[in-house]
This record gives sequence, C-alpha cells and structure tokens, in this order.
Amino acid sequence: MPNARDLVAIRALIASHKRWDMLFGVVGLVALMIGVLTFVALFADMAIDGIPRLNWDFLTSFPSRKPAQAGILSAWVGTALVMLVTAFFAVPLGVAAGLYLEEYAPKNWMTDIIEINITNLAGVPSIVYGLLALGLFVYQFGLGHSVLAAGLTLALLILPVVIVATREAIRSIPQGIREGAYALGGTQWQVCKDHIIPYSMPGILTGVIIGMARAIGETAPIITIGALTFIAFLPAPPLKLEPPFVSFDWLFSGFTVMPIQMFNWTSRPEAAFLQNAAAAGFVLVIMTLAMNGFAIYLRYRLRKNIKW
Amino acid sequence: MAAVHIAPNIEPRADAGKPVPKAEARRLSFYYGAFRALKDLDLVVHENRVTALIGPSGCGKSTFLRCFNRMHDLYPGNRYEGEIRLYPDDTNLLAAGVDPIEVRMRLSMVFQKPNPFPKSIFENVAYGLRVRGERSRRVLGDKVEEALNGAALWSEVKDRLDDLAFNLSGGQQQRLCIARALATDPEILLFDEPTSALDPIATASIEELITDLKKKVTILIVTHNMQQAARVSDYTAYMYLGELIEVGRTDELFIKPKNKQTEDYITGRFG
Repeated sequence: MPNARDLVAIRALIASHKRWDMLFGVVGLVALMIGVLTFVALFADMAIDGIPRLNWDFLTSFPSRKPAQAGILSAWVGTALVMLVTAFFAVPLGVAAGLYLEEYAPKNWMTDIIEINITNLAGVPSIVYGLLALGLFVYQFGLGHSVLAAGLTLALLILPVVIVATREAIRSIPQGIREGAYALGGTQWQVCKDHIIPYSMPGILTGVIIGMARAIGETAPIITIGALTFIAFLPAPPLKLEPPFVSFDWLFSGFTVMPIQMFNWTSRPEAAFLQNAAAAGFVLVIMTLAMNGFAIYLRYRLRKNIKW
Repeated sequence: MAAVHIAPNIEPRADAGKPVPKAEARRLSFYYGAFRALKDLDLVVHENRVTALIGPSGCGKSTFLRCFNRMHDLYPGNRYEGEIRLYPDDTNLLAAGVDPIEVRMRLSMVFQKPNPFPKSIFENVAYGLRVRGERSRRVLGDKVEEALNGAALWSEVKDRLDDLAFNLSGGQQQRLCIARALATDPEILLFDEPTSALDPIATASIEELITDLKKKVTILIVTHNMQQAARVSDYTAYMYLGELIEVGRTDELFIKPKNKQTEDYITGRFG
C-alpha cells in the first residue's frame, strides 16, 4: 500500500504523461483537418463555380466552340468506357498474379525479385506507362488511338496496385482456414477458388477501387497515346439491332476522357470555359465518389460474413 | 463428373476384446529443414480405439499427428523418414508415390482452434463432400445431417443450417469442425488439442463425443491435458523432445508407468 506522499507523486507523473496524450490529440486533429479541409475547400470552390453550369444539356452535348452549348457527353462516355476496359483487364490479371505469388509460387530469390519489382512498378510515373503504351499498344499492336489502347494502358498502370492489394488480402486469411480446407482433401485450386478468392474479395475490391480512382483522373498517359481533345461523336454502341447484336467497334473508336476535356477548357481564354471545366471537374469527382461508395458498399456486404 | 467416395475401410474389423492395428508408425523421423523434430518413432494405432499423445509443449506431439495426414507437405523444407502404414491395405502414407490429397481424403483432422469456414453451417459440413465432387442436394443433405448427428450438434442447428458458422459458440464451432471431419467417413480422425481453446463445459461435451465416436472411427488425439488423456483414451503415448518415451494401455500407463520420465510427467513433477 503506497503512502499518501507516493500517491501525490504518482498522480503528478500521470498528469504529466497525459499532457502528451493531449498534445498528440491536438497535433493529430490538425493534421487530419489540413487534409480534409483542403479537399472540402477545393471541392466547394469547384462546386460553386460549376454547379450553376450543370444541367441535362451539359451532360448530353458534345463539346462546342460556344461555351454555353458545350457539353461533356463524349468525355464522360469515354471515361466510362475506358474504365470498363481497364477493370476488365486489370482485375483478372492482378488477382491471378497476386494469387499465384501468394499461394502457388515457391518462396525463393526469384519470387523475391518479382515482388520487389512489382512494388517498384507502383511508383513508376504514369507518363512512362503512356510512352510504353504508345510504342507497344498503339503502334506495335496497331490498336491506334483507341478506347482499347487507353484501357490497356491504365490497366497496366493499376496492375501493381491490384496485385499488392490481392496479396495483402490473401495474407490476412488465417492459416487455420487454409489448413482446414487442405485437411479435407482439397487441391490447391479447390482451396483457392472456394476459400482464398472469396475471402480475400473485400480486400481485393478495395485495391481495385484505389487503382481505378487513380486511373480515372490520369491525363498524361492518355494524352501520350493520342486521345483526342475535341470530339463530337460517340463510339459505336456495343449493342445493335441486327445479328450478332453485340459489337466491339467501340473498342477501336477514338475517344476523349474527362480530365482531358477539363484540361482543354482550362487552357482557353474565355471565362465561360473555365466554368465548364469546373462543372466537368465536379462531375468527375462525383463519378469517383460514386465508384468509391459502391466499393465501400460491396466491401461491407462481403465483409459481413467474415470475422477474424 | 461422378462423385468419388474414398472410404473403403470403415467397416470395423475389431471384435470387442482384441485390438486390430489400423495404422502404424515405423521408425518415423521428421525434419523441419535440418532440425530433426521426431526421432525414430514406433507406434501402433488400434482400430476403434482412442490413442492419446501426451507430453510437454514442444515435444513434437502435434508434429507427429500432422505426419499422419501429410499436413507438413504444405510447407517447404519439411521431410519425412520412415513409414506410416495404414491397414488393412498396408499403404505407406509417407511414400513418395502416395498423393497427400489421397491421404487427407482417408484421414480427417480437427484442429486446435475451431476453424470453421466463413460459410453457412451446411456448407461447412458439406465441403469435404463437395471436394469429392458430390453435387446431389439430397446426398449432401443426408450426409450433413448424419455428420451433425455424429457430432452431437444436429438438434442445436437443424433449424438454422443456413446461418453463418461464426454465429455458433466456440464449443459448437469445434463440434461443427468435428462434423465436417466426419462427413467424409474418415478411417482415422486426428484431433490436435481439440479442447485447448474451449471452456470446461464445452470440453466435457467434446470428450463425451470422442468416447462415442470411437465406435465408428479410429481416433488419434494430441492433448496437453493429462486428465483428458486419462478420461478419453484407451492407449497413451508419452513423448519428450521428439522421442516416444513410453506407450501403453492408458489404465496401465497412468497407474504404473514403466519409465521414470513418464512417471515424473504424469505425477506433475515435471512438465
């Protein structure tokens, strides 16, 4: 039993320790607010400029030399199509690569080198991917300045993100679950398809969305591979009335994307175009937020069944 | 693809009195890389009997158990020496030509920590059958019911087979894992400290279950709890530092151990 004197000393000590608690609480809050408030200020500024310009015509019109008639139809359709192609290639490739590295590949210096390289790839500037894609997809493969070439480029760009996220998600599955499945006589593939992939889906989705959110705002590689800046047509529709009813012509169509449209407008002298750019930026942010929201919803749905 | 059932030898051949060997380790050694974790073990596991492996932490009892279903094959750098023979077909489970997957289809395992899959109760129990290619809803339903009955869990879960397995209590989860292991009609059931994560009441129900199950299946159990070994097992093997010190009938080994080390351990002077 400490005497009263000791207690006073202990309390003073605790009080002095707690000052650091307080201090960090304040520092942390300030750090958080710098990030949050910056985003809010930027977004609010853009919204104030852009929202008055937003209307149905803005979303359904092609760009025009007259700011009041210009719209973002070709840009948002282009962005949506490019994202579709990106996801279509990046997700299966990234998941397969991550799964192979985590579950199949022997652990040796080869896989160590591959691992380091993948981590490094995530840090390569996007313009480099653009140059690579220009040489490879556009000219070598003859895909031209198309939706497909852009989608493949961005898929390449976010592939490391998807691979890393897949591996992290797979690693978080307890070994006991794996052993339980193997102990019942499962083969490697049975264990992967029935357990590893489904249980790591929430984490994989998070990685995919982070990657897609990065890709949707990418401008440099898209410009590099030769996206158009002024385009008054839409890619051919994927569905048509006559057989075989589906068409992949849109993949080879010229296109533009939202960030390029914005960039184009901000470089014009007329103030009205700046307002258009703000409105387009607002739409782009909303598209990104919608994507993130969908991912959070999916993650929540899938994560509900998994507790460890 | 037609469903394949690998369970050829589940008919009991033992009459009440005379034990028949079901599996036998012969000069079994096991290496984690260069480290020799098991040293020349010889052990007979009798059919429809419970054999307990006891010994202090790190003595290699779990390592030994995991040799029986080739669990060590999942990790690189592990190596077996010697044999584990499975009767009556006299297959050496450790032979290079024997697929570990085939071994795991014949011997089931229940782990230390309940490890249900994040799926429904039904799907957990059915998984072993699905792995074997069983698709028929009726067959699956019958087998799942039978296995859950065998694990004394049916009455508690029969109205909520589609609930998540995680919603069960710890003891129920472990019985679910037992049902999952039973559903494929294993020849031997391997238990790796199955009650170490459970409270005393859940432990008692698992022990009762083990005593019941030996009518149908041969059981090899690792336990750190000597009272448990004394309560549930017919034969006990005491291990220390990777060696089998003494093997015998449980009633004899606990009352009159032949080896001084065994005696020190079971009387609590060591361990």
